[in-house]
Amino acid sequence: MGTVLVVAEAQPRHAGNMPALAPISYELLGAARRLGGDDVVAVLSGTEVRPLAGELAAHGAAQVYVADDPALADYVAETYLPVVEQAICHAQPSLVLLGQTANGRELAARLAFRLGCGLVTDCTRLAVNAGTLVMTKPVHGGSAIAEYVAEAPAALQMATLRPRAFEPAGRVGAKPAAIVGLEVPAAVVAQAAERTRVIETVRQVSSGPRLKDARIVVAGGRGVGSAADWHLVAELAAALGGAVGATRAVTDAGWAPPSLQVGLTGATVTPDLYVAVGISGAVQHIAGCAGARTIVAINRDPNANIFKHARFGVVADYRQVLPALARRIAELRGD
Amino acid sequence: MNVVVCIKQVPDPEIPPAQFKVDEVARAVVPPPSVAPVMNGYDAHALEAALRLKERHGGTVTALSLGPPSAREVLKRALAMGADRACHVDDPVLYDADSWLAAAALARAIYRIGGESGRSGQNGQYGYDLILCGRQASDTDAGQVGLGIAAFLSLPALSPVQQVEVIENGRLRVERLTEEGYQVIDVRLPALLAVSSEIGEPRYPPLRGIMAASRAQIPMWTAADLPPLGRKDDGDWPPLARKLRLQRLYQERREAACEHVQGESPADAGRALADRLRQVGVI
Ligand SMILES: Cc1cc2nc3c(=O)[nH]c(=O)nc-3n(C[C@H](O)[C@H](O)[C@H](O)COP(=O)(O)OP(=O)(O)OC[C@H]3O[C@@H](n4cnc5c(N)ncnc54)[C@H](O)[C@@H]3O)c2cc1C
Ligand SMILES: Nc1ncnc2c1ncn2[C@@H]1O[C@H](COP(=O)(O)O)[C@@H](O)[C@H]1O
Repeated sequence: MGTVLVVAEAQPRHAGNMPALAPISYELLGAARRLGGDDVVAVLSGTEVRPLAGELAAHGAAQVYVADDPALADYVAETYLPVVEQAICHAQPSLVLLGQTANGRELAARLAFRLGCGLVTDCTRLAVNAGTLVMTKPVHGGSAIAEYVAEAPAALQMATLRPRAFEPAGRVGAKPAAIVGLEVPAAVVAQAAERTRVIETVRQVSSGPRLKDARIVVAGGRGVGSAADWHLVAELAAALGGAVGATRAVTDAGWAPPSLQVGLTGATVTPDLYVAVGISGAVQHIAGCAGARTIVAINRDPNANIFKHARFGVVADYRQVLPALARRIAELRGD
Repeated sequence: MNVVVCIKQVPDPEIPPAQFKVDEVARAVVPPPSVAPVMNGYDAHALEAALRLKERHGGTVTALSLGPPSAREVLKRALAMGADRACHVDDPVLYDADSWLAAAALARAIYRIGGESGRSGQNGQYGYDLILCGRQASDTDAGQVGLGIAAFLSLPALSPVQQVEVIENGRLRVERLTEEGYQVIDVRLPALLAVSSEIGEPRYPPLRGIMAASRAQIPMWTAADLPPLGRKDDGDWPPLARKLRLQRLYQERREAACEHVQGESPADAGRALADRLRQVGVI
């Protein structure tokens, strides 16, 4: 395996929070180091992201390319693409890794088709077998697992990694960071704005811990019944000090914003405790929560698939279970 | 507004897990005989978005599918829902296409559709204004083909999209989902958008639509019918080739043994569940 280039991501910036790397960046570095050893480089784009270059170096990037520019404040593929292309041009990697995140999935596909290389999205495992890179990903929602290899030997290969599927990189001790600044030419910014211009960025997150990082998640499904009953889910989450999640059935119905969706096309969560309320346990939902340490299911159908994944279950109407459960939890946590 | 919608026929994603089977030797899914393949869910959402644009702004909707003869069923459904015409690309050399091959074939088909339309889109030379895809196919779960088509046709592209509105001629206001909400983006046409389910429920085809669609003539193109019809503006046409090989397809069985917590009443079971979770140190 030659050089592995990691396309790192910073946490979204909003009033008050400090610049930080998104958790996926550490996972990408972890995977890259297991494949590429010391031959790992990283690229990061955004505004006020230069201070994070050292953090990438400290976690194993031998070289860090940084494009720190006000024009990169909002992610749009049109401006982020040329930055990554410059890094690829300079580092000549044999493998480029991105996160299977909202932005990573879009950027990776745009890039792969521009560069004419193969891409496997949403990988849960990467391995080198007799010199060949094997990229493993769930398909059919997670009902089957596929292993892909390049059709023909290729100079460049790309993959996106499912969040939480790879062990994050640890610190490698004080390493001098070789930082290369990248510029975004004004002409690129102008052309990008003509094609796709961000007018507004809307945040729709609930109060309490962030869904993706929460140690406890209480998720509701269609079985909750209506928007008017959704507060029962939120109240249980509050009693547990956890975040609220939802199935696609719920976000499509508008009972909760799309940012709360857990699953294949939503967030991947790996909390210690995942409470599934009125959720049938479709493979595409399980894809986002299978990594939880303990799944608890409350569903009135004893044959619901969720019970195949749960460690504890209650078969009953959630409306009668949740208030009592929340009260008892409050009592227990109060002592 | 002339819209092309790319629609794939896929195994029904709601096949119950117990019935989902894989033939490891053939590296293929064995659909249960009683469950018919369906229109990919997100492609139905993309078609719905196209039909709404047509209702408000006029124009045409063309449904395009690459796949075996059975794929004509999803094209008939698209016509029944309200698409004006359909194109079917079918050639055994294109079966089991990876993302690259599918995108290369579909981009060529769209180029041909644009050239043949006899009308030009709002932007003159293209013959189409907008290409819509689903955000991902429920069999590959790849989310690549739409963005690949955009790259081959040198179009701006956004994914995943939850809302599309026309703001003025030649520009759209698009909402693109992010991890914490969404971005509102002003996009110039022609463009490609990969649509997500937040756009709204796809309509059911009306009975008279189904009747008319059953009689419709749907042209079928093979790979030989998809040559580059002219010089692509920038760069060469991508080859009709694969980048990836599926080396193995298998199933994983991972089932937890669920402990059912009971009580005299559901409320009682709720309290017992809390106690049990405390007992094992989960809370
Ligand atoms: C390509 C693709 C991607 C997808 N991505 C996602 C994704 O990212 N996330 C996701 O969640 N889904 C996703 N889906 C959809 C998924 O297949 C399921 O349709 C969805 O997860 C079902 O949501 P649900 O469990 O809330 O609803 P349902 O399947 O309708 O289940 C509702 C459950 O509630 C129970 N119930 C009803 N009333 C009560 C009550 N009073 N008390 C207790 N229980 C009750 C019922 O027994 C039932 O089990 C995707 C689908 C596809 C095809
Ligand atoms: N064979 C096909 N025929 C028509 N459209 C397709 C085909 N394959 C993929 N697409 C389109 O591309 C989208 C993404 O597919 P994928 O990259 O396989 O997840 C789908 O939702 C369709 O809109």
